[in-house]
Amino acid sequence: MLARALWLGLRVPLGGPRGFTSKTDPQGSGRITAEVIEHLERLALVDFGSREAVARLEKAIAFADRLRAVDTDGVEPMESVLEDRCLYLRSDNVVEGNCADELLQNSHRVVEEYFVAPPGNIPLPKLDEQEPFPHS
Amino acid sequence: MLGQTLREVSAALKQGQITPTELCQKCLSLIKKTKFLNAYITVSEEVALKQAEESEKRYKNGQSLGDLDGIPIAVKDNFSTSGIETTCASNMLKGYVPPYNATVVQKLLDQGALLMGKTNLDEFAMGSGSTDGVFGPVKNPWSYSKQYREKRKQNPHSGSGDSDWLITGGSSGGSAAAVSAFTCYAALGSDTGGSTRNPAAHCGLVGFKPSYGLVSRHGLIPLVNSMDVPGILTRYVDDAAVVLGVLAGHDPKDSTTVPINKPLVLSSLEDVSKLCIGIPKEYLVPELSSEIQSLWSRAADLFESEGAKVIEVSLPHTSYSIVCYHVLCTSEVASNMARFDGLQYGHRCDIDVSTEAMYAATRREGFNDVVRGRILSGNFFLLKENYENYFVKAQKVRRLIANDFVNAFNSGVDVLLTPTTLSEAVPYLEFIKEDNRTRSAQDDIFTQAVNMAGLPAVNIPIALSNQGLPIGLQFIGRAFCDQQLLTVAKWFEKQVQFPVIQLQELVDNCSAILENEKLASVSLKQ
Repeated sequence: MLARALWLGLRVPLGGPRGFTSKTDPQGSGRITAEVIEHLERLALVDFGSREAVARLEKAIAFADRLRAVDTDGVEPMESVLEDRCLYLRSDNVVEGNCADELLQNSHRVVEEYFVAPPGNIPLPKLDEQEPFPHS
Repeated sequence: MLGQTLREVSAALKQGQITPTELCQKCLSLIKKTKFLNAYITVSEEVALKQAEESEKRYKNGQSLGDLDGIPIAVKDNFSTSGIETTCASNMLKGYVPPYNATVVQKLLDQGALLMGKTNLDEFAMGSGSTDGVFGPVKNPWSYSKQYREKRKQNPHSGSGDSDWLITGGSSGGSAAAVSAFTCYAALGSDTGGSTRNPAAHCGLVGFKPSYGLVSRHGLIPLVNSMDVPGILTRYVDDAAVVLGVLAGHDPKDSTTVPINKPLVLSSLEDVSKLCIGIPKEYLVPELSSEIQSLWSRAADLFESEGAKVIEVSLPHTSYSIVCYHVLCTSEVASNMARFDGLQYGHRCDIDVSTEAMYAATRREGFNDVVRGRILSGNFFLLKENYENYFVKAQKVRRLIANDFVNAFNSGVDVLLTPTTLSEAVPYLEFIKEDNRTRSAQDDIFTQAVNMAGLPAVNIPIALSNQGLPIGLQFIGRAFCDQQLLTVAKWFEKQVQFPVIQLQELVDNCSAILENEKLASVSLKQ
């Protein structure tokens, strides 16, 4: 949680959607607004952690923007190189399994035959609802 | 014995010139001596010795399982191995012990191969240097070779000591270092953007990437499902063919494998006059080192002088392939990494407030910056407002790239010949000056289009550079024409006679170093 708190500490003085667009990056698209950051962090359940990470994302997007130069009119997207073949399906017979014990062994928190998770349906706190980082 | 081909060793085992246990002990001892290379994450000594014992029994009874019986091999640490820790060089899976073997691992074990250990890699196979795993970077054995050291002595400006060691390339660097240092005869790598061919080029090995769909991915912890394949690293083309013969074939547990079950037999190609070699002109980029360019040219001339037809072809979308790969890779990564939530396996943090908080903290603690960066990029490209413009667009460009290859092969070309890397192996301190994404974008340039098209490709070491380091060239074949590709590669290998790495001095010195360390620690205790 420290990384998140540090993040807040960085955010507090700047505020606003301009927040983390790296000013020194000439390719900064300015598209990485605070909303986008928050949205991505929720979807990915991975946080940026630092300004550098945001700058890296902006560079990655700028890099990806080069695709626009390619003319793809009338071209179908390719999902798999094996698209001309049928996927093989196994026959619907149970030949293995019954390995609950082995699988449960790999988890850190187990009760009888259950994987134990913390309570669900509690959304992550929004960034502006969190406590600001205590300045020392 | 350790420098011989697989078939030669297999024959020696059959004739009783050496026993599997003796061979196993030799390799284990060499692994200990070369520990500083950091090629292995886990050395499965007990398992290997037990397997050696069983192999010995089989040989005594005249019931050997085949060419791989009793042969030491190593496996990259992103293949699941039952009962043996599988980490993907990540904190997320430290301590994770899979309850099953990957199909390719099982196939090797069924043939009696001895599993020496799990090799080091970039975290989750993301990277082109084998420098970004949690167990540290892998050192290229060629840093310590006589060939390289002698050239360095001639250069008055070079630094001394160990601080200027070279990278192996990645992400299957540990597997490459393991084979290159003679600690095993073959190693499994994975290849998503060049991860087997790149370290093969830097370590002077044969690095083979099979056609997508030929070898099962069941048990290979996935990076990009539509491009991953298990790769094979060996010292000789014949050895790669032997291993491929064991691994190839349909797997009911991987529905992306095709129902091909032909046996693989490598014939000797004597006459290349019926062959047509294609040279893609877009692969001649300014960043390519002049040495490699010259070797590439000489290789083309060699084929021509032996009667083959050598023509220039065009793969017009080459310059977009790295961008396309970048988008597709990060998008699939974002999806594939979603399974790591700490609940059923892997690292779990202590937070109990909510499921979401636990997942987020677990993933922050478990993944390094590279992985997290790719997950976030991938999620960006998959956002509703970006999906068409990035992800679908990249899929369309993928088709164009794959079609480029189809067109080249349709014009009569049998095999394409290209460089594998831009330069020879670079020093670690040089490599880390740029970040992982930049390096990958630079280093994957010749190799990753092949993954997008799902074609077979192989790196063959051709010669040593002016600095005494290996340089390799890449051959690309038609889809599912792996046998033909290897046949051409074998002919080429015979022509170029790539030198064997001279590590004896190192191994001898190393035991002296270890002895000195022991003496030093004893005297300190007094």
